[in-house]
Amino acid sequence: MDAKTTQQARHLTLEESYGYDRKTLDYIRKAAAHGLYEIRGMGAKRKLPNFDDLVFLGASMSRYALEGYREKCATKTVLGTRFAKKPIELDIPITIAGMSFGALSANVKEALGRAASEVGTSTTTGDGGMTPEERQSSKTLVYQCLPSRYGFNPDDVRRADAIEVVIGQGAKPGGGGMLLGQKVSQRVAGMRTLPAGVDQRSACRHPDWTGPDDLAIKIQELREMTDWEKPIYVKVGATRTFNDVKLAVHSGADVIVVDGMQGGTAATQTCFIEHIGIPTLAALRQAVDALEDLDMKGKVQLIISGGVRSGPDVAKALAMGADAVAIGQGVMIALGCNGDTYGQKGKHLSALDDYAALGTAPGFCHHCHTGQCPVGITTQDEILEQRLEPAVGAKHLKNYLKTLNMELTTIARACGKQNVHHLEKEDLVALTLESAAMAGVPLAGTSWIPGSR
Amino acid sequence: MENLTFDLAQTRVSDLNRYLHVEAVKKPAHKVTVKNPDGAHNIAVGLDSPVEVEVIGHAGYYAGGMNKTGKVIIKGSAGTGVGENMMSGVVHVRGFASNGAGASAHGGLLIIDGDAGLRCGISLKGGDIVVGGSVGSFSAFMAQAGRMVICGDAGDALGDSLYEAILYVRGDIKSLGADAQIQPLTETDITSLTDLLQQAGFNHDPKSFKKVASRRELYHWNADANQEY
Repeated sequence: MDAKTTQQARHLTLEESYGYDRKTLDYIRKAAAHGLYEIRGMGAKRKLPNFDDLVFLGASMSRYALEGYREKCATKTVLGTRFAKKPIELDIPITIAGMSFGALSANVKEALGRAASEVGTSTTTGDGGMTPEERQSSKTLVYQCLPSRYGFNPDDVRRADAIEVVIGQGAKPGGGGMLLGQKVSQRVAGMRTLPAGVDQRSACRHPDWTGPDDLAIKIQELREMTDWEKPIYVKVGATRTFNDVKLAVHSGADVIVVDGMQGGTAATQTCFIEHIGIPTLAALRQAVDALEDLDMKGKVQLIISGGVRSGPDVAKALAMGADAVAIGQGVMIALGCNGDTYGQKGKHLSALDDYAALGTAPGFCHHCHTGQCPVGITTQDEILEQRLEPAVGAKHLKNYLKTLNMELTTIARACGKQNVHHLEKEDLVALTLESAAMAGVPLAGTSWIPGSR
Repeated sequence: MENLTFDLAQTRVSDLNRYLHVEAVKKPAHKVTVKNPDGAHNIAVGLDSPVEVEVIGHAGYYAGGMNKTGKVIIKGSAGTGVGENMMSGVVHVRGFASNGAGASAHGGLLIIDGDAGLRCGISLKGGDIVVGGSVGSFSAFMAQAGRMVICGDAGDALGDSLYEAILYVRGDIKSLGADAQIQPLTETDITSLTDLLQQAGFNHDPKSFKKVASRRELYHWNADANQEY
C-alpha cells in the first residue's frame, strides 16, 4: 500500500461523531461560508417510513384471485363528483403533479401533456400560469390557483378542466414558491410580471382570503366564475392533515390533494424540505380518517402525492383509501432526471461533465434550483432545454405510467379485485412498527396496530 | 341602452352570473342593475364582455373579481377582494372597501371613493387603483406592476417587498415596508397622476402626492439583508 492509501485506510478506524457527522460538518461550514440557508430541489432525502414498509396479503384460500390475463381490472377514476357539473374522468388513477413552467422548460411541459393525454390522465400547471404548449398538449389540464397568482388569468380558468387551489406543498408547508434569478428568463418574467433575472420569492399566503371560512367564499367565486362546471381541488402540504382535510371539506372542495414531506420542489430551503411536514404514509391515513369521520369518503375524492414512485406504491395508496395519486419526481426521473446521459437525435450523450460542473453527480443531483439541469429538464437555458426532446420524453413517460398501471392492476387482481378502487386497507400489513402506526395497518403476522384503541 | 334588473331578493347570484357569462356576451354593451344585493358574495365575477353592472347596495366578497372588459359600479360598500385579479375594465366602489381590494389585479381600474382596508393592492400585477380615502396596513405588499393612488393616508408597511409597482400617497404614511422608499415625482408621474385622478373623478393637485417605489435591494439574495427576506 502506498502512503496515501494507508492514510485513507486509517480513517476507517477513526470514530465518527453521530451528532457531528460529515454531513453536519459540511452544513456548518457552508453556513459559515455563505451566511444564507441552502436552497435546493427535489424532496426529503432522509430515511422515512414509506410505502415500501407495507406489503399486500394476496388472495389464497380465504380470498379468490383473478386471472392476470383474462379477467379485466378496471382503472377508471372519476374526480370531482361532489359539486362540479363536469367531473374529471381519467383512464388511470395516476396523475401528473403540479409543476411550473419556469421550474420546467416548455419542452418538458409539452412532453408531460403528450404522455398524460396518451394514457388518459391529467397534468397540472404550476406557479407562473398556463402555457399554450401545455394547454394544447394536455387533454385534461388542472389549473392551479396559487398564493402568488403569477400569470393567473380568468381566460385560463375558463380554459382549464379543473382548478386546484394550492394552500401548500409537501416539500414546504407554510412556505412560498421560489425561483432563482437564473431561471427567470424573459419569457418566465413576462408571464409572472417580474423583472427578468430577479430571485423570485412568492407569497406563502393567498392575497385575498385568510382562513377556511374565507376559502369557502373563494371556492364559490371560482365556481361562480365557471358556472359550477369545473371541479375545485384543494391542495395541502402534509402537517395537521386530519384537521386540514376536514377544513378543506368544509370549504367546499370537490377533491383534496395531500402532498407528503417526500414531495419534491424545484427550489426550497433545505431546512424546510427535511424538517417541516409529515411523511406521506402518515398524512394519507389522517386524510382518510378525516373523510371517514365526516362520512365524505367517496363523495370528496382524495389524491395523495409525495414519494409515489412505483406501481406497488400506487396500489398501496389506493388500498389505504386514496382515489388517485399524483407524481412529480418519478415523472422527471422517467424523463431522464439524474441520468448519466441525455438523448439527442437517437444518440446518448454524456452529461457527466455538466453534473461535475454543478458539484454533483447523476443519482445525487438536486440542483433544479440552478437552472443548469444537465439533462435539460429543470432549465430555462435555450441550449440545455434542447437536451429533452418532447417526443422522446413523452414516450419514456408514457412507458413509465403504463408500467405503473400494469403493476397496479396485477396487484389488484392478486388481491381478488376487479377494480383497483376496490383495494382496501384490509389487504395491507406493515413490516415495521413505525409504518404500522402511521398507516394504521397491523404489523405483519399480528393483529396489532400501534396506537389504535 | 338596454337595462335589465336582477333582484337578488328573488334571484340567486348564480343566475345573475350565468346571465352575465352566457347571455351578456352575445349582446351589445348594455346595463344590468342589481337590486337588494344585501352583502351577497361573488356578484358579477368573471365578466368577459363590456357589460355595465350597477349594484344598488352593499356587496360581499370578490365583487367584480377577475373582471375583463366589464364595468361594475357598487353604490354601497364592498367586502374583501373587490376587483381581485381584474384584467381590464373598471370596478368602482362608491363606499368603502374591505381587505385585499384589487389583489393581484393584472389590469383595469379599481376606484374606491371611501377608505380601503388592509392589503389594498396586494400582489398588484399591472392594474391601477385609486382610493379616495385612506388604506390599511400592508397595502401594495409585493406589488409587481401597476399604479396605486392613495388620496388619504397609508397604514403600516406600505409597499413591503415592492417590485415595480408605483404608489402615490397624498396624506401621511405611517411606515414604509422593506425595500420601499420615497422618490421624487417626475414628469411621467405627474402625467400618470393627472390621468388617474381625472378618470376616478378626483381633483387633487398631482404635485401634492408623494411617490413610493422599490429600492430594488431585495431583488437578489443578500446575506446582509437578514429578516428583510
